[in-house]
Amino acid sequence: MQAHIKFRVAKSKAAEIILIVLAFFVTAPLLFIIYYIFQKGIKVISWNFLTQLPKPVGEVGGGIVNALVGTGLIVLYASIMAIPIGILCGIYLSEHKSSKLAYFSRLCVDVLQGVPSIVIGIVVYFWIVKPLHTFSAISGSVALAIMMLPIIIKSTEETLKLLPASLKEAAIALAIPYHRVITKVLLPCGISGILSGIILSVARIAGETAPLLFTAFGNPYLNTSMLKPMQSLPLLIFNYATSPYDEWHDLAWGAALILLFTVLLLNIITKLTTRKWNVQL
Amino acid sequence: MERTIIKSENFNAYFGNNHVVKNVNIEIERNKVIAVMGPSGCGKTTYLRCINRLHELIEGARCDGKMLLNGQDVYSMHPIFTRLKIGMVFQRPNPFPNLSIYDNVIAGYVLNGIKMSKSDKNDIVEKSLTSAALWKEVKDSLHKKGTFLSGGQQQRLCIARAIAMEPEVLLLDEPTSALDPISTSSIEELLKELKNNFTLIIVTHNMQQAARVSDKTAFFYMGELVEYDDTKKMFTNPDDIRTQNYITGRFS
Repeated sequence: MQAHIKFRVAKSKAAEIILIVLAFFVTAPLLFIIYYIFQKGIKVISWNFLTQLPKPVGEVGGGIVNALVGTGLIVLYASIMAIPIGILCGIYLSEHKSSKLAYFSRLCVDVLQGVPSIVIGIVVYFWIVKPLHTFSAISGSVALAIMMLPIIIKSTEETLKLLPASLKEAAIALAIPYHRVITKVLLPCGISGILSGIILSVARIAGETAPLLFTAFGNPYLNTSMLKPMQSLPLLIFNYATSPYDEWHDLAWGAALILLFTVLLLNIITKLTTRKWNVQL
Repeated sequence: MERTIIKSENFNAYFGNNHVVKNVNIEIERNKVIAVMGPSGCGKTTYLRCINRLHELIEGARCDGKMLLNGQDVYSMHPIFTRLKIGMVFQRPNPFPNLSIYDNVIAGYVLNGIKMSKSDKNDIVEKSLTSAALWKEVKDSLHKKGTFLSGGQQQRLCIARAIAMEPEVLLLDEPTSALDPISTSSIEELLKELKNNFTLIIVTHNMQQAARVSDKTAFFYMGELVEYDDTKKMFTNPDDIRTQNYITGRFS
C-alpha cells in the first residue's frame, strides 16, 4: 500500500477510537453513580427497610415506608392533575399550529420548562400553603404537576405533529366527527409517543426535591392525607444526608438506591412502551 | 331519478388571495366515470376537494358559488352529511395504521360509533372487499394490520373503506400515481366495475388512464374548466385549441 493511503487508513482508525472513547465517557458517569449508590445503599435494603417507619436516632433499623407511600401519592395526584391538561394542551397546539393563542401558549410552555424548580416551589407556597395555613401533600403535587406539564405538552404536540395529514383527512372524508377523529384516530396512532412523554415526566419529577421543601415539607410518620405534610423520597434523602448521624446516612443511601432504580425502571418502561405501542405508519 | 348527480354553478375556490378554481360550471351524470385532467396546479385536485368539503379545512381556503348534490347545495348541509354521500380515495394509500384490515373496512361505522351486529359487520366487510377486488387476497388475514399490505392492496383497501359507507359519489384523487403498473391496471379494472353502483370522479395526470377508464373527461387549465365532453370526443376531436394542445403534448 502506498504511504498516503496508509496514513488515511490510520486517520480513520484513530477517529473511530476517539468516538468509542467519547461514547464511553458519556456512559461512565451514570455507571459510576449506579455502582457507588449500589455499594453504599445495598446493605440497608431489606424487607424491614421497605415496610417500617423510621426509628429515632440511636435505635437500630427503621425503614422508609412513609417516604415510599408519600412519593407514590404525591406523584399520583400530580399525574392526575397534569396528564389530562397536558394532553389536551398538546392536542390544541398540534391542531392549531399558527393561531395567536397557540403561539402564546407555546412560548409559555417553553418558558415554564426553564423555570427553576425552587421558584415553582415558592410560588405554590404562596398559592396554597399560606392560604391553608399548613404544609400539605397536595401543594407538593401541584408544584410537581406544574413541572410535568411542559414535558407532557411538548411530547404530545410533537408526536401528533409527526402523524401524516393524510391520516386525518382519511378520517374526515369518512364523515367522522372532529372529536372522534382526535380520540379514535390521532390519539391511538400517537399513543406510544404520548405515553413515553408521560412516563418520562414522572421519572423527571419523582426525584425533585426543591419544589417539595416548602410544600409537602416532610413527615416522620406515615400519612395518607393529602391535606397534611407528607414525607417523600427526595425529602428524606435530603434530611437524612444532611443530618449528623451515621445510621441516617446509611438510610439516605438506601433511599437513594430505591429512587435511582425507580427512575431507571421508568426509563426502561418508556423504551418498552415506545416499542410495544408503536404504530407503524 | 334525475340523471344529474353533481352540478356546479359559477363555482370558485381560493387559497387566500390565490384564485385556484375559476367559475366552474359542470353537470355530472349518475353512474358514469368522469376523468378530470390537466397540468399540475390547474386546480383539479382543489375542485375535487371542494365537492366533499375537504378544501375548507385548510387555513385560508374558501370557496363560493353553488355545488349541488341531487339538487341540494352541499354548502348548506352539515359537512358530515355531505361526506356520507360522497366518499374519497386519496393519492397515497392511507389505511388507518392502528386498525386491522377488517376494522379499516368498517372504520366509517366503527369510528362514528354506529353499533352493528357481528354478522352485519362480516357482511359489510366481505361485500366491500369483494367489490374492491381484494377479498380473495386478504380473507385469511383480515385481522392483520392494514399497513402489512402492499401499496396496491392498501389502495384497494381504501376503496373498500370508502364504498363500505355506500356513498353515491366516489372521488378519487390520482389513486394510482403512487402505484406500480400491475396495481394500476387492477384498480382501473375495478373502476369499470364500480360505476354500476357509484358515480366516480377521478383526477388523473395520466391521459392514457383517462382515455381507458372514463366515459366523460373534464379538462382544467389555469383554474378554468376548458372543456367537458365525452372522452372519445375529447381525445379525437376536442373543440378547444388548449385541450388539443394538451392532448397532443404541446404543453404540459
